[in-house]
This record gives sequence, C-alpha cells and structure tokens, in this order.
Amino acid sequence: MQINNYVGFFRIILTLALAMCLRIAPWPVELTVFNPDWVLLTLIYWSLAVPERVGIFHAWTFGLLTDVLTGRLLGQYALAYSLVIYICLKLHKRLRQFPIIQQGLFIFFCLLLSQLLLFLIKNFQHPGQLHASFWLPVFTGTICWPLVYTVLRFIRLSRRIS
Amino acid sequence: MDSLRTTLSFFVDPLKYLVDLPTVLVGQAADSVSSYRTLKKENERLREEQLIHQTKLLKLAALEKENIRLRALLENSFKLGEQVLVAELLSINTEPYEHIVVVNKGTRFGVHPQQPVLDANGVVGQVFRALPLTSEIMLITDPNHAIPVQVNRNGLLTIAVGSGQLNRLVLPYLPSNADIRPGDLLITSGLGGTFPQGYPVAVVDEFTSQPNKAFATITATPKALLDRNRELMIVWSDSAPVPFISKPAVNEAEDKTHADK
Repeated sequence: MQINNYVGFFRIILTLALAMCLRIAPWPVELTVFNPDWVLLTLIYWSLAVPERVGIFHAWTFGLLTDVLTGRLLGQYALAYSLVIYICLKLHKRLRQFPIIQQGLFIFFCLLLSQLLLFLIKNFQHPGQLHASFWLPVFTGTICWPLVYTVLRFIRLSRRIS
Repeated sequence: MDSLRTTLSFFVDPLKYLVDLPTVLVGQAADSVSSYRTLKKENERLREEQLIHQTKLLKLAALEKENIRLRALLENSFKLGEQVLVAELLSINTEPYEHIVVVNKGTRFGVHPQQPVLDANGVVGQVFRALPLTSEIMLITDPNHAIPVQVNRNGLLTIAVGSGQLNRLVLPYLPSNADIRPGDLLITSGLGGTFPQGYPVAVVDEFTSQPNKAFATITATPKALLDRNRELMIVWSDSAPVPFISKPAVNEAEDKTHADK
C-alpha cells in the first residue's frame, strides 16, 4: 500500500510536469496568447479529486517552479496558485457534486482570480503594458477544462490513484 | 533569492530541453535526408564565403592595429578583443508579451547577465538572466529594452527603444530637425558600457516630423534576424585603457627577440 502511494504520487508529479511542458510549448505566434494555464488546471483537478494528496504546499511548490520556468518574479505564480487551490480545497466536497457546466463556471472564476492576481503584480512592475488579450487564457482554460478533467480522470481511474 | 531560482532551475531546465527536443529532432532528420548534391553545393558556397571573409579580415587586422595606434595618440581606450560563444535558441515560449528568448548556454559556460548577444547581421539583445543550464535573453525589440546607438553616417547619438513588435525599433528622443534620414545605419555607440561599440543595430526606415511636436517619430528595422535565427553569439568584450605609444614598440621588440631565438 505504501509503495502504491509513492507510485501514485509520482504519477501526479508526472502529469504536472507534462502540464509545465505544455505551458512553454512553442505554439505558433497567433496561438500563444490563447495558451491556457495548464499547470493550474491540473492542480485544480488533483486538489478536487485527491485533496488529501495535493494541497496548498504542492500548489506553492509548482507555482515557484512555474515562476522559474517562465522567468517571472519569484513567487507570483506561487501566490496565485496557492490561493486558488485553497479555495478548491475548501469547496471540494460541494464541487464534486456539481454538474460539469456548473463546475466549469467555478473553474472560470478560479482562473479569473489567478489571472487577476498576476495582472495586479505585472501591472505594478511595468504599468500599462498589458494588452486586452491578457485575459484570453481564462476563457480558453475554461473551454479546455472538460478535456483536462476527462484525461486526468482516465489516468486516475486506470492507475487507481487515490 | 537568485540562489533559490538557481536551485529550482535544475528541476525545471530539463523540461525546457525536453520541449525543445522535437524541433531538434526534426532539424536533424532534415539534415540526414538532405542529398549529397545539396550538401556539396552548400559546402562550396560556405567555402567561397569563408574565403571572402578571410580576405576582409586581413584588412581588418591592419586597420585595427592602426586604430589602436591612433587611439593611443589620443590616450583613448579601445576594445582589445572580443570573445564569442555560440549559443543555440531553445524553441520554447515563456510569455506571449515579452520578447525574451531562452538559449542553451548558462553560467556553466561563464555567461553572466548584461552580456551583449549578436547574430551574424547585428545586435540581438542582452543576457537578461543567466541560470546554470540556460539563460534568458531580452531582445532589443522588447518594450522594456533600450540600446544606445549612433548614426553611422554622422555620429549622431541617440537611444533606440523596443516597440514590442519583432521588426520595429523606435527612436523617441530625437528633435524634429535632427540630421537623420531613411536608410541610415544605426550602430551601437558603446555608451552605457553594455554593448561594445560599432556593431550594426538597425536601419532607419521612416522619419516623420510633426510641426506641433518637439520630437520626431522615427522607426527603424533591426538588422539581426530576430525571429529566424537559431544560433546566437554571446560576447565577452574586454576593454582596457590602451598603454602609451611606447609600449607597442616594446612588444614589437619582444616579438623580434622571440623571432631571433
């Protein structure tokens, strides 16, 4: 059982690493502005599905790693991710009962909150440089949520991560 | 804080190489299937180019010596030599709004922040952050970047600021009656100390002076192929005050004695 625990945890880490790869994947220039925050979506899924495994600490760690990955101010993604995951953990019992559309609405607000925090931090650093398309990843992220949900659910059930 | 980033980068940088891997593999596959004939043709072309450059370099060496002597007369400093390191771009995308690229050479190769980065055509940018395995390079077109330049034709000094578009620089600090016209080459002026002097930066392509404004609107196109090049050169420039005119003579004398031996 203990071994299974570690293997399951390793798989969760692997999906997060894959999400980080998607985060920096060389999409065509027109598509980069649409690239959703895959790391946050994956973290939200795991925190809803296995809240005893993935918590604020993981959100914070992967936030820091994403900061380093994308060369941001150290801690801005860490702050946004841990706040969103805190809300997810608080509400995970209720959220699991929701139909997918209602869940999607919740995910939309989670992504919006994270993007809003990032916006405040970025705007504080270099005021007035952000374009309106800065908010696009929130919408594409919401659209991608059913996909992330289905894929990760398949992984979770087939590998019996609990 | 930087040491934390360095430590974390050891976990994260392999991911950058992993994402870059498909592009590298495609490039290698294309190389391996290119025919003998195309390779031969390319080889011939490169050989010719090399010959031309070699002859140009011969002249350059003589000119450089002359320049050092003349500058010594003026008791001026001169860039003694520049060392370059070829770094390859990793095809990854960190942020859509910033012109920052990642290359595969880091502090392990001695790269440090604020080093100038060039390509075969001109100035690309400067090292923004150096991590052990990779380093981030800010392009000259980034909205947060400014580079001190000089008009090659008449030595007019100004600053070129990035516009956020990959093919455009802006020169916001020139008055409406400045002596500058489309087609002028802008070179680095060496002021500020980050960029060595004399490298081509951009070509002026538009000059519009509005009578109701104090400053003219001037735009320029960068010489470097910012969006097409995969190989970049990171430069170490070594500037030292030139010794008095007697010293080169001593060196020559030493050389002679060596030659005699």
